[in-house]
Amino acid sequence: MKIYKHILTMLLFSTMITVSVATVYGQGIERIRTPELEKILRNPDDRLFVVNFWATWCGPCVRELPHFEKLSKEYQGKKVTFILVSLDFPSEIDKKLIPFLKKNEIDLAVFVMMDLDYDTWIGKVDEGWQGNLPATLVFNNTRSIRQFLPGEVDESTLRDMIRKNI
Amino acid sequence: MKKFIIPVVAGMIITLTIDAQSQYKAGDVAADFSLKNVKGDMVSLSSFEDAKGFVVAFWCNTCPVVKKYEQRLIDLHKEFAPKGYPVIAINSNDKGVSPGDSYEGMVNLVKDKKYQFEYLYDESQEVARKYGPTNTPHIYLLSKKGGKLIVEYVGAIDNNSDDPRAADKRYVADAVKSLLDGEKVAVAGTRAVGCSIKWRKV
Repeated sequence: MKIYKHILTMLLFSTMITVSVATVYGQGIERIRTPELEKILRNPDDRLFVVNFWATWCGPCVRELPHFEKLSKEYQGKKVTFILVSLDFPSEIDKKLIPFLKKNEIDLAVFVMMDLDYDTWIGKVDEGWQGNLPATLVFNNTRSIRQFLPGEVDESTLRDMIRKNI
Repeated sequence: MKKFIIPVVAGMIITLTIDAQSQYKAGDVAADFSLKNVKGDMVSLSSFEDAKGFVVAFWCNTCPVVKKYEQRLIDLHKEFAPKGYPVIAINSNDKGVSPGDSYEGMVNLVKDKKYQFEYLYDESQEVARKYGPTNTPHIYLLSKKGGKLIVEYVGAIDNNSDDPRAADKRYVADAVKSLLDGEKVAVAGTRAVGCSIKWRKV
């Protein structure tokens, strides 16, 4: 619940910033570890969560990122929350991740996973996930909706997935 | 008849897709292969007569996670090749999808980084389809038992891609040490984050 409030705050915050100054994308990132990730994944709210696992070093991830941006605008005000979870190297957050978010004007909520002991948490996202990027989890815990999409997704697949589950 | 054939064909396609994604796990018998190294020679695991096993690493020229692990792979070879477990790196990425992962790129990389281990080109992607790596780097530790190659471990090199000093579980090194001591490998598999294998587009 606390995390959700965080997300709301971040969303409000980033919207406010977008209106005033356009050069502060990437300032709202939040560093998380496994317990925070689990909270996000267990969010009990009756809304659809679209969580994308990605990294700036992953070509297919960068290619599909605009779909998430675009759909988040399309579904603004609807019961969908888009979340990006970055697996960028912690040592490269300032050097690569933040400049990337600024340059590409990403205004989605961005969490950076600081827990590099991947084997301890990858299976909690989806039992079948081997750790390859990108990967997207779509869920609504209230309605027992849980769909895992490993690999790059195209815009229409993502839109269909949201439309069917919203 | 047509109505019947279509679902069957569709079923076959789905089965094939799933097969391509399945991977060797500990206990499986691994297939040998014959792949070209950077000198242009064909290399098979069977040609390493004195080896006790192999650290087979699905690798490439371009992935930033591979770069992070490069020195660690070089060190694994340095530490364990003399003890009978050489590193065998394999690049299975399609150069059409990832131009930097060409054979020429491999030749240059070996020259620049002075790889002491074999770096092989799986141009047909046949070896990757058999072994089933999902990303680079992805390690398959094999041991020779009764004339067969047995998979002992599948997964990551250790548990900190960013900083080798912060890694406190050295999965591959620990597994090789266990085998050298005649013990069972404690962790037989881990999930490895990396760059997805660049499969040829059909």
